[in-house]
Amino acid sequence: MDNFLFSFFNLDVMVRYFPAIVDGFILTTYLGLAVVLTGLGLGLTLALIRSLRWRVVNVLIVIAVDVFRALPPLVIIILFYFALPSAGVTMTGFTATWLSLSLVLAAFSEEIFWAGILAVQKGQWEAARSTGLGLGQTLAYVVLPQAVRLTIPPLVNRAIAITKGTALGSVVAVQEILTQATTAQSFSGNPTPLTLGALAYLILFLPVVIFGRWLETRFAWRR
Amino acid sequence: MQTLIDNFFNLEIVVAAWPILLQGFGMTLLLCAVVVPVGLAGGLVVALLSGARSRCLRWIMVGYVDFFRAFPPLVLLIFIYFGFPFAGIDIPEFAAVVLAFLLNSSSYYGEIFRAGIESIGRAQIDAARSTGLTAGQTMRHVILPQAIRNVLPDLIGNTLEVVKLTSIASVVALQELLYMARQAQSVTYNASPIVVAALMYLVLLWPLVRLLSRLEHKTLAGR
Repeated sequence: MDNFLFSFFNLDVMVRYFPAIVDGFILTTYLGLAVVLTGLGLGLTLALIRSLRWRVVNVLIVIAVDVFRALPPLVIIILFYFALPSAGVTMTGFTATWLSLSLVLAAFSEEIFWAGILAVQKGQWEAARSTGLGLGQTLAYVVLPQAVRLTIPPLVNRAIAITKGTALGSVVAVQEILTQATTAQSFSGNPTPLTLGALAYLILFLPVVIFGRWLETRFAWRR
Repeated sequence: MQTLIDNFFNLEIVVAAWPILLQGFGMTLLLCAVVVPVGLAGGLVVALLSGARSRCLRWIMVGYVDFFRAFPPLVLLIFIYFGFPFAGIDIPEFAAVVLAFLLNSSSYYGEIFRAGIESIGRAQIDAARSTGLTAGQTMRHVILPQAIRNVLPDLIGNTLEVVKLTSIASVVALQELLYMARQAQSVTYNASPIVVAALMYLVLLWPLVRLLSRLEHKTLAGR
């Protein structure tokens, strides 16, 4: 038991590496927020463009969405970070992680927003247009408010799942929680920093997961 | 253009790396063949326990599910792989990956199964029980077949995520597709093996993504 405490809850090690884990925590939060903002923004934009039903554009959107849904995020990050430099495009690990996860979230959220837009009945469009609203006004005041309501629970769950992928940034040397924890572990020869890192992730994500569960019961899809 | 081809689709390098890429692909398939059934079985157990009569057990299951949904799978894997030896448990890569996946995906699958079981009306249970079926038989022959049909798109969607997630096993040096591709890349200083690995993931998963899209739209249209 003492041995276990010494390994996983070593107070000395905890105190020594606490600041590093806090730095990682801040960076993970920042990266996660950036991914959620750009990912959802881009996803909504693509879904809106898709609702204009330009055939060629829609085919391109569907292909791009499929590709980013099919490829593992880690593979995309590694492609951006290790492969693109050969084409003269270099980016930092942070940019590669942010861009990859944003594109993945955009792909998933485009599908969800689009499903929400389709779920709003045709009669609603027709009624709105016949009262003299323009296409943009119909979207903004009639369709989107209903669509977004339907899509909130799946969007939140997907956003959480993808934001957790910020830990993948450790593979391309982003100084987020996991990197800080593994570095500290190898310096100290003690796995306590991993415990700290795990706690940091729980502090960050547990409230969001519980919030997501609450939203799910609150805004459940009415079947 | 020629440099682009040399760097990303270098035939010579692809031919040379092909055998180890195939080997990696085989390992990825083997990994999926183990973690998907294990995750499904774990998820079913989680769902059944979540519906238990004991209030205490139900809360424990909510805690279990939320805990592992808040934990990034890569962090879980690293904790198990690098942390366990300090507790005196030496764990091979494959077992570490399977354990991490069991904990992670059983919570996701568990939530999906639970939603499915809850979608079946109480009257069905009463009817089945009144015909003389035991509780176990009712679950197996009446509730589960309908429940699974109701949540099939979600089950397939999560399976897609699990298969994609196997790429994180490369971080603990399990010789699956991404690991092999990165080895080949670092030996040849050429990005082609990673590009080919990405294409292999795409070939493997695109059909699943398409199927999923169609299922999602079908359930939506039937609403």
